[in-house]
Amino acid sequence: MSNYIIETENLTKQYGSLIAVDNLNLKIKEGELFGLLGPNGAGKSTTILTLTTILKPTSGRATVGGFDIMRQPSQVRKSIGIVFQDPSSDDTLTGYENLKLHGMLYGMPASLREERIREVLKLVDLTDRKDELVKRYSGGMRRRLEIARGLMHHPKVLFLDEPTLGLDPQSRENIWAYIENLSREEHISLILTTHYMEEVDRLCDRLAIIDEGVIVALGTPADLKRIIGGELIIMKSSSPDIEALKTLDYVKHIERKDGVLSLTVVNANEHLPEILQKTGRVDSVEIHSPTLNDVFLHYTGREIREEAPEGGWGQRAMNYRPNK
Amino acid sequence: MGTAGNELQAKQMNEINGIIAIWYREFKVFQREKSRIVASIVNPILWLLIFGGGLGASISISGINYQTFIFPGILIQAVLFSSVFFGVYIVWDRKIDFLKEVLVAPISRTSIFIGKIIGGATDSIIQSIILLVLGAILEKVGLIPGLELTVLSAAAALVILFITTTSMVSIGLIIGSRMESPEGFQLITSFLLFPIFFLSGALFPLNKLPAWLGMLTLIDPLTYSVDALRRVILGASQYGLGLDFGVMIGFTVLVIVFGTYAFEKMKV
Repeated sequence: MSNYIIETENLTKQYGSLIAVDNLNLKIKEGELFGLLGPNGAGKSTTILTLTTILKPTSGRATVGGFDIMRQPSQVRKSIGIVFQDPSSDDTLTGYENLKLHGMLYGMPASLREERIREVLKLVDLTDRKDELVKRYSGGMRRRLEIARGLMHHPKVLFLDEPTLGLDPQSRENIWAYIENLSREEHISLILTTHYMEEVDRLCDRLAIIDEGVIVALGTPADLKRIIGGELIIMKSSSPDIEALKTLDYVKHIERKDGVLSLTVVNANEHLPEILQKTGRVDSVEIHSPTLNDVFLHYTGREIREEAPEGGWGQRAMNYRPNK
Repeated sequence: MGTAGNELQAKQMNEINGIIAIWYREFKVFQREKSRIVASIVNPILWLLIFGGGLGASISISGINYQTFIFPGILIQAVLFSSVFFGVYIVWDRKIDFLKEVLVAPISRTSIFIGKIIGGATDSIIQSIILLVLGAILEKVGLIPGLELTVLSAAAALVILFITTTSMVSIGLIIGSRMESPEGFQLITSFLLFPIFFLSGALFPLNKLPAWLGMLTLIDPLTYSVDALRRVILGASQYGLGLDFGVMIGFTVLVIVFGTYAFEKMKV
């Protein structure tokens, strides 16, 4: 009927007077790697928890994998995998046992389950560590295990809620590589939430910028940056030919200050030779690409904070000790 | 008709697999937590030997050695505490996101509840078997004389303890399903556990109580477990086994129904 893996229609979730998700309308294509970018408390996790049937929406509707989240929650659950924001593996079990438990919960027959455990362990490079207790895992390893677990039952969609929150840069890089890899190899749609701009920039085909429960912008990372009006070309030139530059229709904005000329240009890379030619003598030039932070700033007047105030995922994983 | 029947069957299989999965996890955790097993054995033995030995030095109950008299009560106490405290694990599961992992699986919350009950009951039954064996040993060396422990009476005792642990684990899970912090859970359960324990007649006979106290013991569901267990392993009790089992089973069904409802309403 439609080739959208996720469709929402005025999806709304309210907690008392707080509207966490406000009339969300979203269409995510099959096979897409889609990002939800926004600051903490923007409604990203609530959106995910609603789409995964853990929370019931206050109003509106949504389908996941063609199933209605309200009327067919059981089918929705079978067709999704989810990697939660906080650690959700049992650290008194081994990696293997966590995967086995997951396979049992999803009703996988034993032979298929064992085969799939081998596959997903290999995918995240944890085969050698599978019989170790999860409490001996590093934050990054635990994340990888939970990604593997989310994939166990061959879901059509995998949700990743802040997959690299609180991880060190090297582990983050590592997780990104795994996500890219499984997007290529597992033929599934991936939805990730994050407040790291590099993350969506690096990974996502398309993204929605979400703030206070509302989508403020939607498109590919490149599209969204283009909304800024193009890249910035910054040149040092003593006597630029401003009039000649004004005739170029792709130059959106010209600013001159202290011998520094700043142009907002659509597709700056393409047009740079022509611009240099028209400008005349140029001493130096640099192209500055707008970031998603510029886009967020453009729409909300605020910047996305980089760190979660409540402490990262890894920190919480380390604080979790049920038996002490 | 055929496909609808198959679908229903597949769904039931799914739920059964889910129950087994939850049980598998609880049992693995139980195996790993050696300190929990040791504590669940050592505490009742301390009660029996020190409390029972101390008080037993000056009193006996209708000719029965006091330690022997309280042995069934101590078994019930051990099961009561470990069963209700089992509910704290669901609070821990919620503290991280493990509870979400379970709740998002394609099985019903009733199955999760049942899986947890079986998990908690397994722990209690293992604990009970160890305590019964220790009881038999203590009887042989003459510390608690007069215990009628045979394979048959031990099996009957385990049936009583199983019904008891089922209802008490349910109570623990109901409280756990509402609690956000382990500290809160601890507070609520201690308020609940001590009256239930003391009023059950685990430590004293029920036939000579003042009227007000007698009334209170009557409304304590645990009274009937203690009474039934005394009948089975001491050959003496206040009420008949019919009444005891009637109350135990009725109460267990009630808390399971209530627990299923509580799990259905449980927030993540």
